[in-house]
Amino acid sequence: MSDAERPMDDHVPGEEEGFEPIQVFPEAEEMDLRPGADNCYKCSTCDTNCPVAEVDDEFPGPKFQGPEQWRLKRQEDHDIDDSVMKCSNCMRCDSACPSEVPLSQMHNTARAEYVEENMSTFSREYLRNRMLSNYRTLAPLAATFPRTANFVMGLSVTKWMGEKVLGITSEREFPEFAKTTFREWWSDRGGAKVENEDKRIAYFHGCYSNYNTTEVAKALVRVYEHFGYEVMVPEQACSGTPMFANGMLDDARRAAETNVRELAAAIEDGADIVASCSSCSMSIRQEYPELFDFEGTEEVAENTWDAVEYLRVNEDLEGALEGTEVEDANFAYHAPCHSRNQGLDGQTIEVMSAIDGIEAEDVGKSCSGISGTYGWKEENYETSMKIGEEMFEHMEEADATTGLTECPTCSMQMEHGTGYEIRHTLQVLEAALLGTELEAT
Amino acid sequence: MAIEDDVLVIGGGLAGTTAALAAAAEGAQVRLVTHKQSTLRHASGLIDILGYTPEGDGPIVDPYEALAALPEGHPYERVGTDAVRDALSFFDEIAGDEYAGSHTEANALVPTHGGTVKPTARYPSSTAAGLASLPEDTLLVGFETLSDFDAPLAASHLEAAGAPFTARGVTVPFPGIVRDDAKINRYAHLLDREETVQTGAGETSARDALAATVEPHLEGEPRVGFPAIMGDEHPAEVRADLEDALGVDVFEVPMGPPSLPGMRLEDLMYDALKDAGVRITSGVPVVDYERDGGAIDHVLVDRHGQEIPHRADQYVLATGGLVGKGVRSERERVFEPIFDCYVPHAADRYDWFVEDVFGEQPYARFGLVPDRELRPLDADDEPEFSNLRAVGAVLGGYDYAAEKSGAGVSLATGYVAGGRAGAEASG
Ligand SMILES: Cc1cc2nc3c(=O)[nH]c(=O)nc-3n(C[C@H](O)[C@H](O)[C@H](O)COP(=O)(O)OP(=O)(O)OC[C@H]3O[C@@H](n4cnc5c(N)ncnc54)[C@H](O)[C@@H]3O)c2cc1C
Ligand code: SF4
Ligand code: SF4
Repeated sequence: MSDAERPMDDHVPGEEEGFEPIQVFPEAEEMDLRPGADNCYKCSTCDTNCPVAEVDDEFPGPKFQGPEQWRLKRQEDHDIDDSVMKCSNCMRCDSACPSEVPLSQMHNTARAEYVEENMSTFSREYLRNRMLSNYRTLAPLAATFPRTANFVMGLSVTKWMGEKVLGITSEREFPEFAKTTFREWWSDRGGAKVENEDKRIAYFHGCYSNYNTTEVAKALVRVYEHFGYEVMVPEQACSGTPMFANGMLDDARRAAETNVRELAAAIEDGADIVASCSSCSMSIRQEYPELFDFEGTEEVAENTWDAVEYLRVNEDLEGALEGTEVEDANFAYHAPCHSRNQGLDGQTIEVMSAIDGIEAEDVGKSCSGISGTYGWKEENYETSMKIGEEMFEHMEEADATTGLTECPTCSMQMEHGTGYEIRHTLQVLEAALLGTELEAT
Repeated sequence: MAIEDDVLVIGGGLAGTTAALAAAAEGAQVRLVTHKQSTLRHASGLIDILGYTPEGDGPIVDPYEALAALPEGHPYERVGTDAVRDALSFFDEIAGDEYAGSHTEANALVPTHGGTVKPTARYPSSTAAGLASLPEDTLLVGFETLSDFDAPLAASHLEAAGAPFTARGVTVPFPGIVRDDAKINRYAHLLDREETVQTGAGETSARDALAATVEPHLEGEPRVGFPAIMGDEHPAEVRADLEDALGVDVFEVPMGPPSLPGMRLEDLMYDALKDAGVRITSGVPVVDYERDGGAIDHVLVDRHGQEIPHRADQYVLATGGLVGKGVRSERERVFEPIFDCYVPHAADRYDWFVEDVFGEQPYARFGLVPDRELRPLDADDEPEFSNLRAVGAVLGGYDYAAEKSGAGVSLATGYVAGGRAGAEASG
């Protein structure tokens, strides 16, 4: 039925006679999401937001992956459909649903169940996914011998092996490893330069800015110290984002346990948590409490912030930027899906507009298409590039040849699709506030 | 520190976006905070002012004439007929040539996917060639994989409804779509991007392949109607190419939810917001507020656990009705969840609805009661706050589904409240 032809009743599920409200979340640890499926009134809003379904009609879409699949499971003993592995975990469906169906939570649990029950741990796919999602455990090795690693990763034979043996696309450039990791830099520097009992943050740098784009992490430290904050850099594991996306829920749980423990301790020491990567903050803020219940999970989630958001709320960031200048910098800005979900999609453009000499243009709402490890898989590469096409075009139409974003994998995709150099918002803030050069990542 | 602006609009549907644009036009710095996606994605994309009277009479020919007879308390009665006219002109400027219908005050009759005709004030240009009042024979084309549009059935309904032309319908495969439940965006994307598709004749572009599929079915009709899935980013280009290839006029038939014309309207409004410098925070809800005497001091936006204060001089509430979640119901009560503004309703929940689902549902009229400034009133008819106005489906006193007045009320109230809030905040 449609409003186009017949009066629409503003029907809310639950208004009919005899309806009994259902407890949507029984116990977090049980993770039985079937009751949540009843909230779905099949409006298909989620489907129209799914970037994968838009370019690949073999993917049945979020409505099927989430509520319908759980509903089927309730009726009989249904296996999870293998299409769930084609979902990129962009979480767009989640923020689209007008009816509070916990879609991404459903997908994460479905994926975990699928991997557990239907994927052989000896299969090439499993090994590859495990390796990709545990990038963090390989990275230290590469970081110990960055030159060798960068050299080996760049060899065409390595790429060929990657594709043939592991199913990692040979189309992409492996990200370069930094010669000095952020943590090494931090300890060489002697840790924090500012001590302040009243203004303290614990930095969740995540894997990527530790091993690869260390300039982003350094920019965060310098900007926060500029505002008088004492920066702590607690022990930490991967945020878990790539593991959720690959159904490696046990790995994610282990990583989350470490993070919750360490971050909760930092909160005890009077710190708030800030993250520079939008997927890391998303994961700690939303996915942890949805999926885990270690002691302190809620508290850590509630005290975790996006790095720029924190300054906007706790400092007069825009005031501090008044009158600052960065010379002739034009940016094509892409808001990562995981920033959108946190209500941060407009933030960078707003902040940039306070700095003289900067033009930052939002290149629109399309998804970049890489979604972490998703676009690294040989079988997804084409889908990933098709999704990204709209963003590439808009970047090229924009009056800029440098990209700007807060997500490390989006920035890989932006660079891959356009050849532009990509910066992080924190680097621009560093340049404006401290007058440093805008360094390449 | 709170995040500060002159005007804060809560809710990003048609009412909220219009209010934000009207406030920005007064020179105010405006922020729009919106949670989930609005009902624009379900809406047909048609801009209805008034299609039927509250008593169910119609279709109405001249909606402006009918406005004068609306009961006291109806949102149109609150703002007055002139404001409705001004709001529509305001919309016409935003929409430019993407919408048609401004040449007359009379309602147009647009054929819909069920083969009925709908009285509406403005319609997307893509539907213009299909108006039921044009006496031109019509071929409707449906797709095997798109069960929401049964073209032969729709055509026979149109004829049965007395359309002044002959209508025929055919069902063809959509080149490039295999799956029988492909999403509408997939169809649109294929055409937008001119993807290469396999047909019996080899590889061709999606638009060519579609034209080649339809061509043999034409029997001299001067116009062809497709379901409204003809492109998302570049619909005009897709339509023009099909018109060239087929040598006839091509139009879109509005579809049920989810609806591409609704999404295009959403894009249109959000592009305008961007151009007007309105700041947008989306994906997060306003959950609470702090009072300063008789006024709202600031509201709190829940960003995944953190409640971030947002302060403004003036606030506009545009959170929608029961679907948008601006009005909620529990077993015992119906309420407005952010400010707990007064929502009149019967004490007994069995009086909230009637058995007949197509009967006149009391809950369809649930909503806030505004004064002529659109400030929501409490149970004693006093404004709840001096600096809060309410617009769109969160208002009570009308049944947009029965009257076909949803978009019109959103535009008129959004325009009036946004304009006043903008003027007060920057004045
Ligand atoms: C299925 C359907 C089809 C329709 N078709 C038509 C049509 O063809 N023609 C027509 O004229 N009208 C139609 N309407 C009616 C029309 O869309 C609405 O009446 C009208 O536009 C309402 O718009 P709105 O902006 O008031 O609310 P909505 O579109 O409901 O938007 C409300 C917004 O507020 C947000 N929100 C809610 N709570 C909060 C919060 N606490 N914090 C922040 N944001 C919040 C919501 O997430 C949502 O985005 C249709 C309605 C429906 C449901
Ligand atoms: S998370 Fe993204 S890719 Fe996965 S179903 Fe939802 S919208 Fe589609
Ligand atoms: S958006 Fe929500 S309610 Fe609508 S179909 Fe998807 S899950 Fe169901």
